[in-house]
Amino acid sequence: MDPFEGGVMSGAIAALGVFGDGIDFLVRERQGRGGGEVGGLQQTAELLWGHIKLSIAAMVVACAVALPVGLVLGHTGRGGFLAVSVANIGRAVPSIALIFVFFAWFGAGFVNVMLALALLAIPPILTNTYVGMREVERDIVDAGRGMGMSATKLVTSVELPLALPLIMAGLRVSAVNVVATATIAPLAGYATTLGDPIINAGVYGDEGRVGAAMLVAAVAIATELLFAAAQRAATPEGLKLSRGTQRRRLTVINRRVSTTP
Amino acid sequence: MTSADTAQPEGPKPSADAEPLEFRAATKRYPGSPAPAVDALSLEVPAGEICVLVGPSGCGKTTAMRMVNRMISITEGDILLGGRSVRDRDEADLRRHIGYVIQQIGLFPHRTIAENIATVPRLLGWSRTRIASRVDELLDLIGLESDIAARYPAQLSGGQRQRVGVARALAVDPPLMLMDEPFGAIDPINRDRLQNEFLRLQAQLRKTIVFVTHDIDEAIKMGDRIAVMREGGHLAQYAPPAELLAHPADDFVRDFVGADRALKRLALQRVRDVPLHQAPLIREDGSAAGAQANTDVPYDLVVDGAGRPVRWGTDGAVHRIDEDDTLRDALSGLLASAVQYGAVVDAAGAVVGVISIDLIHEVVRREQPA
Repeated sequence: MDPFEGGVMSGAIAALGVFGDGIDFLVRERQGRGGGEVGGLQQTAELLWGHIKLSIAAMVVACAVALPVGLVLGHTGRGGFLAVSVANIGRAVPSIALIFVFFAWFGAGFVNVMLALALLAIPPILTNTYVGMREVERDIVDAGRGMGMSATKLVTSVELPLALPLIMAGLRVSAVNVVATATIAPLAGYATTLGDPIINAGVYGDEGRVGAAMLVAAVAIATELLFAAAQRAATPEGLKLSRGTQRRRLTVINRRVSTTP
Repeated sequence: MTSADTAQPEGPKPSADAEPLEFRAATKRYPGSPAPAVDALSLEVPAGEICVLVGPSGCGKTTAMRMVNRMISITEGDILLGGRSVRDRDEADLRRHIGYVIQQIGLFPHRTIAENIATVPRLLGWSRTRIASRVDELLDLIGLESDIAARYPAQLSGGQRQRVGVARALAVDPPLMLMDEPFGAIDPINRDRLQNEFLRLQAQLRKTIVFVTHDIDEAIKMGDRIAVMREGGHLAQYAPPAELLAHPADDFVRDFVGADRALKRLALQRVRDVPLHQAPLIREDGSAAGAQANTDVPYDLVVDGAGRPVRWGTDGAVHRIDEDDTLRDALSGLLASAVQYGAVVDAAGAVVGVISIDLIHEVVRREQPA
């Protein structure tokens, strides 16, 4: 028997008004305005998985570009300002505009929107990686070089571990942005995200729009929490001891700046 | 005067692996800058000695030091370590075999103390057990408890961090150490203690050391030889501390060592090292205490049974000076107690001689340039 049909559960959901209707849409199939079946756990799971798949793909591409570039520029200290500036200008271009530009090359579909989201994700990762690497105290780097560490060794065992908290903060900002923005995917012709019920309310109905929006918000919050935990885990023990409070404050400031659309 | 008269008494031989260092017209020129940062610097540091590079900021002392391990490339000339040009050696390998201590110490904050000390041994691929025993040995050498090994730099005091920095530089027992203002960030009281500690360590280890500082007092205290540098990377004078103070090569050096250079020189000599006056010693019963030849003090000094001074003549209070004190401290003591003569005593408190302001003056006058 459907646990959501009738009884206490249904009563509680009804008491939530529009939000209740939204939740109801997510868990129970109904007749869509276009005629087909919409809503229900199975479709919700499909949309959710499509959403997550798209977000992960965009993050992977963004990391593949931004991390190496940020590490190299941060290590050498050359060209970093330029790269970060260019990335930040790129951030000013709305993702929706990119999607329409990308139609020219990639047509409609997954690749198009995935690249648009990757471009959205690159600036915070690149900036934080570069800044994180540059912020490693020069004396520490100098000591490492002076003891005969190779450039690779210096990056992997000194600079990267010390920059990691800030790099993780960048990933966190990007991931939340991507998860939230992946809702525009249907505009690029990729319908399997939680954006579909939001954009195509004509098909899914208002309760579909509200339900999907609530779920997107929940996923974004979950992403935020997940990356926050990862960031804490990635902070070396010795750093937590030294300037834990100071560093956390810095991270928060950086986050605020980066999440401003 | 030779370096043996300076702050470092003649110690054991240089450690077996300490190597001499020679700057041979070493020059550093930065592109786009007409004047060189280091201008044809030539000097030799014998194995097992501390050479202090000192001078005002911008004189090229740190640049010169960093040319040794090629953190800064040599434009012209050469630097030889153990007779071998550093330019011919693999950069990383060269650096791994030269101890490196900088002012901010640069300990890795994400690594424990043991891991920090093990940095170079790890780079050289030492075995785990060999590294562990070396870390223990070094912690013991620098006087830190072994339970500190598992801590992080943030949990240590400034002085402890500085010691760990030295231990890390000593990890593979390098023939040469480079130290850039290693005590610069430490408060004056701890700095003095760390300096003394380091000198004791050096008396034992006898490494060849290039030590950079802007503080002439530190240079005089630490150096077997001092290279005074002036702006433009010129070497103004290279001499042991006593000679530098007694015979500054020019006005620049004279100014740099300071108007109190006579007093600084006094700080290099101990009371025991100068020929003291002798006073007629008498016992409390009036009998002469021991043979009295060549007494040149016009007062009798009354001593007790153990030879300890009691009073001058019938009622003069005695000002005692330890024979291990520096002449500077002795002079200060004589001036402070406003007396003409002070009784110099050994560790047991027995009189070994008498010192006066005139005698200190005589010592200074003898070494003064004509």
